[in-house]
Amino acid sequence: MTSIQDIPLYEEVVRGFDQLTQTIAKSESADLRKTRLHAFENFRESGFPSIRNEDWKYTNLTRFLKDEYALSLPGSIAAPATVANAAKLADSARIADFDCYTIVLVNGAWDKQLGSDLPKGVEILPIAEAKQDPALAASFSQDGKDRFFAALNTALFSDGLFIRVKAGALPEKPLHIIHTYTAGTNLMVQPRHLWVAGERAELSVVESLVADGGEAHIWANSRTEIILHRDAKVDHVVIQSAPAGTRLVNHTTVRQKKQSLYNNYTFTLPGADLVRNDLQAKLEEDHTETHLYGLYLAAGQQLVDNHTLVDHQKPNCFSNELYKGVLLEQSTGVFNGKVYVHQDAQKTNAFQQNNNLVIGKKATIDSKPELEIFADDVKCSHGSTVGQFSEDALFYLRARGIGEAAARALLINAFAFDVTQKIKHAPVEQHVNRLISLHIPVTHA
Amino acid sequence: MLIIKNLHAEVEEKQILKGINLEVKAGEVHAIMGPNGSGKSSLASVLAGRESYHVTEGEVHFHGKDLLDMSPEDRAREGLFLAFQYPIEIPGVSNVNFLKTALTEIRTYRGLPPMDAKEFLRLSREKQKLVEFDAQLVNRSLNEGFSGGEKKRNEIFQLAMLEPSLAILDETDSGLDIDALRIVSQGVNKLRSKDNAFIIITHYQRLLEYIVPDFVHVLYNGRIVRSGTKELALELEEKGYDWLKEESREKAETI
Repeated sequence: MTSIQDIPLYEEVVRGFDQLTQTIAKSESADLRKTRLHAFENFRESGFPSIRNEDWKYTNLTRFLKDEYALSLPGSIAAPATVANAAKLADSARIADFDCYTIVLVNGAWDKQLGSDLPKGVEILPIAEAKQDPALAASFSQDGKDRFFAALNTALFSDGLFIRVKAGALPEKPLHIIHTYTAGTNLMVQPRHLWVAGERAELSVVESLVADGGEAHIWANSRTEIILHRDAKVDHVVIQSAPAGTRLVNHTTVRQKKQSLYNNYTFTLPGADLVRNDLQAKLEEDHTETHLYGLYLAAGQQLVDNHTLVDHQKPNCFSNELYKGVLLEQSTGVFNGKVYVHQDAQKTNAFQQNNNLVIGKKATIDSKPELEIFADDVKCSHGSTVGQFSEDALFYLRARGIGEAAARALLINAFAFDVTQKIKHAPVEQHVNRLISLHIPVTHA
Repeated sequence: MLIIKNLHAEVEEKQILKGINLEVKAGEVHAIMGPNGSGKSSLASVLAGRESYHVTEGEVHFHGKDLLDMSPEDRAREGLFLAFQYPIEIPGVSNVNFLKTALTEIRTYRGLPPMDAKEFLRLSREKQKLVEFDAQLVNRSLNEGFSGGEKKRNEIFQLAMLEPSLAILDETDSGLDIDALRIVSQGVNKLRSKDNAFIIITHYQRLLEYIVPDFVHVLYNGRIVRSGTKELALELEEKGYDWLKEESREKAETI
């Protein structure tokens, strides 16, 4: 455990929680207040994670926790400058030729002026307005054992999106959710989202994450719960392209009921100082299908950590995971892919692959597949590779007149192609490819 | 066009070229033959600029410029083309995108604007036809899953697209069946002109029945030991390479 007394953020968090209990929490249900209190106690006990915690072994937060942050608490009204910045940021995240509904969040809070009209058959509310909904209460961790950032989010969350697609509803167009983060001074925000796809419902979401990257540091500690009821389908693209000065900790839990299908595509681009994605798919009923695709392109001093868990609880479920990483300059990558097959989960098919291209001389990757299998009739595989550019491929391209930098860019795009090609919307795929190209620097040493 | 003087080179500290002299003029086709391990492919690699090869002595001038001083990409931009013995598969890079990028970079180097999409398409269609290259292969990932013959034909298609002044064909005939050999040779013959030149590296005389060279050189143990006209190729076909080995052994003994 980190010595919590030394972290100014810890003091701020304690103060923030007191303030919250004095204000909005008063109007909340007794259950929710209890949940918050319990989560906060858990957080107090765990503190911020340190490298002594197995799940944070390769992700040292010390340098990020040194800064002081103010908490974004409910009731604080966004300054006009923030709104103008957010509008600009939202525009930068829009995807050319992508026919979609758009929702823009500013530091976690929904700004209806900046978005488009909304799909029919879908209930969308600020999370604060959904507090009485039983789905929300049910979405909180049942065992109450959350620690670290996840517990902190539950204790302190105020803003976020509640989305529910009614049973059998198929929204006409995908939903583009643009998360904008902007602040004049260091700020920590705790957005919380809950999405529910009813039976046979379909939801296609593209999330873009942008920030203004000024002098002020922003820490977004965000949490998303996604529940797929029987036969529901959710297609979920995440594009993280926030600049330096941003620290992102995302905790996403997906709960899948019978015969549901969940696809996740997570793209992390150079910029944010710290990105930690925890993506957990819990296959709670049989015959589900899950695809997790990820691409991380890290540069500078960036630390990008993807922790995934595929939790096979029931029989006849299929999961497939492909994460690819390109590490430039002095960046650090972490991939931890855990597949857990319970004794009950016979006839499980679970596949996992993690490939890395380490280009920067000082770049590093820690790749750790973890398979724990307690059923005996399963098909599971995993693989992990770390490599450099193929000198032969590079020479072939150069021998055709393609300069070294352009040749490297072509090879990086080619490496990423396995993942980008999985995106179902062509404009989104092109958008991601463009972002990748933009971020491939000319020198890679 | 190309002047090679006393070229010595080594790879992994092993001397493989031991004083090559060769002059290639516009409009000429030179064949370089020789047994395995004589340095034929090494010569191609050195000329194209492969970094694992180190030139220890000698000079190479291409259109009057110092070739050895240039990066591999600049050699290509100056008009040198190497058709690889083993073309590389690059999944995720489309053939079309690759060629467009190459052509744009070459044109930029020469102060020309990039070719517009329509013009590129027209050129690509014309050259596909010229070298009988399947349009479907053009749109696939670079060489990915191509058969040996398809890869070699792709080299000739690239050659047609990039229009180099000097093309070096490194054992392009190896692994080709007779139909593929015919198609590849016809492609090369159509591309021959008074302004360009070819160096054809081959182990067998077979290819030279289709592409008739102006000069034939025999490379052995890092040196050109015989030069002649196309008849030399026939002689080699008849006698094999063993007499060379004996001749050079005798030479060594007399020295």
